[in-house]
Amino acid sequence: MDTMRDRLAPVLTRLLDGDPRVAVLLAEIGADGFTEAGRRHPDRVINVGIREQLLVGAAAGLALTGLRPVVHTFASFLVERPFEQVKLDLGHQGVGAVLVSAAASYDWPAGGYTHMAPGDVALLGTLDGWTVHVPGHPDEAETLLRHAVAAGDDKVYVRLSLLSNGDALPVDGARFRTVREGRAGVVVAVGPTLDDVLTATQGLDVTVLYATTVRPFDAAAVRRAAGAGRADVVLVEPYLAGTSTAAVNDALTGVPHRVLGLGVGRRELRRYGTAAEHTAAHGLDPRSLRERIGGFLGAAARH
Amino acid sequence: MTRTITGERGRAHGYADLAGLMALMSGDEKHGPAATSTLDVLWVLYDRVLRVGPEQADDPGRDRFLLSKGHGPMAYYAVLAAKGFVPAAWLPGFGSYDSPLGHHPDRTLVPGVEIGSGSLGHGLPIAVGTALGLRAQGLDEPRVWVLTGDAELDEGSNHEAIAFAGATGLERLHTVVVDNASARHARPGGIAARFEAAGWSTATVDGRDHEALYTAFTAPHPGRPHVVVARVAPKTA
Repeated sequence: MDTMRDRLAPVLTRLLDGDPRVAVLLAEIGADGFTEAGRRHPDRVINVGIREQLLVGAAAGLALTGLRPVVHTFASFLVERPFEQVKLDLGHQGVGAVLVSAAASYDWPAGGYTHMAPGDVALLGTLDGWTVHVPGHPDEAETLLRHAVAAGDDKVYVRLSLLSNGDALPVDGARFRTVREGRAGVVVAVGPTLDDVLTATQGLDVTVLYATTVRPFDAAAVRRAAGAGRADVVLVEPYLAGTSTAAVNDALTGVPHRVLGLGVGRRELRRYGTAAEHTAAHGLDPRSLRERIGGFLGAAARH
Repeated sequence: MTRTITGERGRAHGYADLAGLMALMSGDEKHGPAATSTLDVLWVLYDRVLRVGPEQADDPGRDRFLLSKGHGPMAYYAVLAAKGFVPAAWLPGFGSYDSPLGHHPDRTLVPGVEIGSGSLGHGLPIAVGTALGLRAQGLDEPRVWVLTGDAELDEGSNHEAIAFAGATGLERLHTVVVDNASARHARPGGIAARFEAAGWSTATVDGRDHEALYTAFTAPHPGRPHVVVARVAPKTA
């Protein structure tokens, strides 16, 4: 199977061909995919070199002139390193852009902690007005990329990852999707965690919601799934554990509830190896998930 | 010769009125060198160089002026009032809760203000993008100007923009560095030298001399971005 990132340059190249507002900004990373697009649109495919503050600042300048900038690099260099540019040059100036990241939380474990960005979604969550898409399959990534670029002058983050589910589901760029229905609890699986969550919750009497857009957070879907009585909700996020725990609490202020926020741990592992090893180390593999979800929901969840 | 335009209620504002307009904000007719370090640069730009006025504030073909050094914006607001972008009646509210005029400017609140600034080192990268965005749309006329302080250039983000703009020959980009010798760890002549090493056209002038500023601002610089280092009295003098 190809990767989400394999879709990036072909999709953006078609958007560059069709929409004179679209511009792509790069900082070396991923630039090879845009060679042909750059030949066709030399003024709208811009590689600033290894200069990430300029990358985001220049995107804001393009937006101020009316263009729709799409900015791509690894998540750590797109959100964390130039965070003040994201906050001020886009948010405070009142202009939009599409930020498309790669490498996610631990897509390149052998690259170590410098290339891991488990905190990206949490950081963007401190800012107003961001839409955050976390696709779980290359087809979904393609759909959400198109959504993001077409979203007027909105500020949109698209988090691409090498981790993927086996099959794509229909995504609409806004709402959670009910994948399984049950009575003893709600599990929200974000992006590429879905397959492992479905395996882990096999035989458990739980509703599984699939989230590919986490900001804004689909509170209505969580409320519907939780029902009228007391509610138990488990979040499984492929980035920092607890990133959306407050969003679930806010969704359920009207009913007594408990929330378990699972995701990537805060502690630096200082390990290389494979993504599968990191998934297990963070307790996000199916066996660990089953233990943690089952333990939280208790006997009621077991048929 | 200083041109003037007709401001609100038919009143014409000239350079001589700026001290009075600033006094509406500060409550004092006298202003020290720090408050007025940018005043002459701003006046010459808005009076004689920039092709922008209140009627063109949203015109895609206007020149862009980005005040990167958002600190001490009284001189900026005074010039904007003199040129009719904002009513002089706004000035006395400077910094108050209901005023659009803060101690750092906000582009969404003040007509004619192209960027909100205050955190140093953001204007030049945004200006690079503005220049690229204009070029991508075939808008060849508008020029882009950024005002920074000499100490502001300590921020590394500026150097990402300076290197990129010089290497790519971003001709429509102009920077004016108001140099009041406030940078820590500076070397004499270091500012112009760094721009020059990056491929910029450079000029260094007396930041109070209107004719010298005008000449430096309008000097041809084919194929290269242009920086004017405008020297004013040292901040600590």
